[in-house]
Amino acid sequence: MAKYIVKRVGLALITLLIIVFLLFVMVRIMPGNPFPSERMSAEQIANKRIEMGLDKPVLVQFRDYMVKLLQGDFGKGTSLYYGAPIKTVLSTCVQNSFRIGGLAILIGTAVGLLLGITAALNRGRFLDGFCTVFSIVGVCVPSYVFLIFLQYYFSYKIPYFPYFFDANRFLFSSILPALSLSLFTMSTVARFTRNEMVEVMDSDYVRLAESKGIYGPRLIRRHVLRNALIPIVTVLAPLIVDLLTGALVVEKIYGINGIGKLMVDAISGEGVDYNYVLALGILYSALYIGIMLAVDLLYGILDPRIRVAAKGDA
Amino acid sequence: MDEVKLTTTSYVPEPGDFSFLSQQDMNVDRNFASMGYWKGVLIHFFRNKRAVTGLVIVLVITLLAIFGPLVSSYGYKEIVSAVNDAGKKVTAGSIPPQIPGLFGGRNVKPQFADRTFLFGTDTVGRDLWTRTWYGARVSLIIAFVTIIIDMIIGMSYGLISGYFGGMTDNIMQRIVEIANSVPRLVIVSVLAIFMPKGMGLVIVALLLTEWIGMSKIARAEMLKNKEKEYVLASRTLGARSFSIIFGQILPNTIGPIITQVMFSIPTAIFTEAFLSFVGVGIVLPQCSIGSLIEDGFNNITTLPYQILPPIIVLALLMLGFNFVGDGLREALAPKLEDM
Repeated sequence: MAKYIVKRVGLALITLLIIVFLLFVMVRIMPGNPFPSERMSAEQIANKRIEMGLDKPVLVQFRDYMVKLLQGDFGKGTSLYYGAPIKTVLSTCVQNSFRIGGLAILIGTAVGLLLGITAALNRGRFLDGFCTVFSIVGVCVPSYVFLIFLQYYFSYKIPYFPYFFDANRFLFSSILPALSLSLFTMSTVARFTRNEMVEVMDSDYVRLAESKGIYGPRLIRRHVLRNALIPIVTVLAPLIVDLLTGALVVEKIYGINGIGKLMVDAISGEGVDYNYVLALGILYSALYIGIMLAVDLLYGILDPRIRVAAKGDA
Repeated sequence: MDEVKLTTTSYVPEPGDFSFLSQQDMNVDRNFASMGYWKGVLIHFFRNKRAVTGLVIVLVITLLAIFGPLVSSYGYKEIVSAVNDAGKKVTAGSIPPQIPGLFGGRNVKPQFADRTFLFGTDTVGRDLWTRTWYGARVSLIIAFVTIIIDMIIGMSYGLISGYFGGMTDNIMQRIVEIANSVPRLVIVSVLAIFMPKGMGLVIVALLLTEWIGMSKIARAEMLKNKEKEYVLASRTLGARSFSIIFGQILPNTIGPIITQVMFSIPTAIFTEAFLSFVGVGIVLPQCSIGSLIEDGFNNITTLPYQILPPIIVLALLMLGFNFVGDGLREALAPKLEDM
């Protein structure tokens, strides 16, 4: 098991390093100019380039950047939030995004599991049909559309919730965005749980358990759920990444100061902010790879067959 | 040794020995009749109510996207205007849906009271019916073009990687792994540094990300197929790798790939909508589903009717393609219980 973990972690780190390098080189050597050239003279730009170290060879720049990065220093933005270190801006944004994303994951997984299990236990009846329709709608309608409607009805028509995000009333004002973000997770988890459970309930070993006289909640809990829930970990992983990072539009609509909004600001303003793009790119990739790694390891712990297969492979 | 003498007595048929079978006596096994693979797939697909519903939705929206702007009397970027009594030009901005004599038409400038605006007009006075279908057209074109190119790239990549195996496969799969670990958003943002915002950016971003899924499926199918007898047979007959991969194995793996295409199209539409909403996609006066939703969102508190058409079209497209994809998947690999 230790070998498996070391191998996985090592691979993930190497992948991350390659991605950081590629991102850095792309951002540095691509045509374009990080400074608004119409507002600065050629001399000013040249000075600025020297100040930021852009006159050195790319590889030297990369080394300097990595040294700083390992100390947790992302540098400063080129046009966005002028002068403030990216690290400070980022930490606020990460906090906001993670809190709302985390809330959405909690709601989505809990309700999704509940719906899926209820549907599987009532297979072919009304509740099953309801769950199916619900999960289809949840998958087909983007989360920001839900948010637009929730915002329109519950903040504008009936002004109960705040219209925009308010960091002072954190929990209260994150209900609407978290709810709308959770719908996709909810419906995916519900659909997946239902299908997995139905499959397991039809399997031979459950029939055997039943014929031994195990029934009711005990059967479901000890024999069905255990095996049905393992694959759900795999579906959850990309969803979690999406929720922690991809709440772009939702953050824009609800005015949440999160990493998604920061990304939008960095790329959609008049000039693209190179350093923010780089920092956010690294953050996103690291999160993505980290969560995928966590799921891989978790899966190895949950399902012994994977571990055995990996051992034979190594 | 005596020769055996064969005596032949001539056979005289009697009535009743032979007779034509009547139609009722013939038993044809209709339950398990043999039929071509693709015919079976078609029958399965069309028996599935959901899949047919999805297909109908997709077809209707595609037809509307093609003919909707044509039957309208306004252009997609035309600002509808008229001359008022004072001789000044007024534009038809922010008119809710109206059909003269049927509904709407209250509080509208008198010049436009007799005009038809099925979905209303936007704030500057462009007809939303035309723009919605024009936008759907743009979104569909982007989705189809990118996904078909992605299919060709991903399929070839996966098939080649799986066929040759060994070192080739190893290197190609490491590349896939790295490409797969870069979130799509990061690719978009790096592209945004040096590409102008617009359709090109969306297409390139989709091209760079969507092929990965296809290549994985193609590779898996290749691994399943390459040890089979028919491949061995054509290799024995001297077929080259190229013709084995693309002439022999490709036709046998196309089913799952098509299914993946059906699931990728909604992803592409979704991504396009989201990029345009964020402001790095389609630029005015062009429009797409995403940019229309953004327009609608900006005016939602005052003119809520504007956001409905693009959202409904988007949701229906997602629904339709998902249903078709599900139906295809079931039809291509039917489980016993569905038979």
